[in-house]
Amino acid sequence: MPEFLAAAALVILAVTAVALFRVLRSRVAAERMMAVQLLGTGGAGALLLLGAASGSPATIDVALLLALFAAFACVAFVLDPAEPAGEDSPEEQP
Amino acid sequence: MMVLLDLALAAWLLALALHVVMERNERSAIIAFLALGLLLGLVWVRLAAPDVALTEIAIGGGGTGILLLRAEAALRGRGKHEEGATRGGKLAVAAGCAVISAGLGFAVLALASPAPTLAPAASDAIAATGLGNPVTAVLLAYRALDTLLEKVVVLLALVGIWSLAPDGIWGGAPEVAPAAVPGPLAWLARILPPFGVVIGVYMFWVGADAPGGTFQAGTVLAAMWLLVIMAGLLPPPDAASPALRLVLVGGPALFLAIAFLGFIVADGFLAYPEGFAKPLIVAIEAALTLSVAAALAMLVAGPARKAPAR
Amino acid sequence: MNGLVDIATMVLVSMGAVLFLAGALGLLRFPDTLSRLHAVSKADNLGLGLIVMGLLPQAESVSGGLKLICVWLLAQISAATASQLLARKIHRDEGRS
Repeated sequence: MPEFLAAAALVILAVTAVALFRVLRSRVAAERMMAVQLLGTGGAGALLLLGAASGSPATIDVALLLALFAAFACVAFVLDPAEPAGEDSPEEQP
Repeated sequence: MMVLLDLALAAWLLALALHVVMERNERSAIIAFLALGLLLGLVWVRLAAPDVALTEIAIGGGGTGILLLRAEAALRGRGKHEEGATRGGKLAVAAGCAVISAGLGFAVLALASPAPTLAPAASDAIAATGLGNPVTAVLLAYRALDTLLEKVVVLLALVGIWSLAPDGIWGGAPEVAPAAVPGPLAWLARILPPFGVVIGVYMFWVGADAPGGTFQAGTVLAAMWLLVIMAGLLPPPDAASPALRLVLVGGPALFLAIAFLGFIVADGFLAYPEGFAKPLIVAIEAALTLSVAAALAMLVAGPARKAPAR
Repeated sequence: MNGLVDIATMVLVSMGAVLFLAGALGLLRFPDTLSRLHAVSKADNLGLGLIVMGLLPQAESVSGGLKLICVWLLAQISAATASQLLARKIHRDEGRS
């Protein structure tokens, strides 16, 4: 069982790595912002599997913190100076 | 299987680090650096150091990334100084970095095997502290002086940042929220903090016996506070606010008070009386967690931009 | 009995890994940013959900299981917010150019 879980973690890490480089090298600025989300889900999945494989409960805590900070990183979007400040898209205002 | 996994992680880490250095757009480089912090967390787990993994994810993935993004946003449009490092300058920097890396690599490879260690002595004495997590025992009992000074350094850094405020608005509040807060972010700022506060308190509490502790807990609480003030749900506090300053100083002050009490009730400075080590350490940790949270949040928020409310 | 639980874990975790693979394929192959965003956020979160479901029977304690579910919930919240914010940004960028 641990062998299988570690193999699954390896698959997820490899897939996430490929996706991460695709996203980071993208020409679209918005796509590069996906990197943290990608690593949040992929990394949390791999950590949970590794934690179960090695039987160390603290690994789940690391995954928990990873998911929490991936969500917190969303504030990066409001730090984008390219975002027009003060005005909102007209169709969103009733 | 695990060897394969470790090799893949190491290759990925190197590739990502290279990408951060090579990326020309600053914003993209910072986002890649944020990802690097999260990935380093995974690597620390594989190195069997969950305490470091927690700190790395909280500071590298959360704190530093947002701090750098804010700095970049503040500098952008202010007539970028194209100081254009000369070719020779770049080469000198590259050579310096290469020498340091090679030196570090050599030092690690030259370590005696087995490496000299105090670990057995540290675990033998851990019963006297009443703690179960050896990392916390080192931080708050064996090497408590280092920890105390660390927390004072964080406060000094905050004083440094605060003093960047112009005289007229000294003691005022920083400006953190953007002019228009997107709806989804305001939603996140209402949903996430309840989770975050529970996780922060859990990190603090579990720190006595399992990986976790003040710094990790403080960073989580700081992130949640920042999220709320960045979404404009709460105003940022005035730097002159007595409540804020009390929280900031409270942790190190309690630590110092208990340290001096050691002269009277125990063997000396920073010594805990027998049997009371654990409750005292937990009390210090609780106050320090709040101080660290307030200090880190205010570090990211930056110097005052508005005159204080009187 | 134990064997049956292990088989369930293996099946669910394998399905989760396949979904991660599908998400990455979508990211590499889909033509425009919005569909790529859709591929990554949907597939990865479903994949993480399946992995959590697969690991739940292996959890050593109730609190351990609760933490597993919490990780998944946090990932959901994070994906929902980030996707909305990203989509708004893309929408605006297209409107301006």
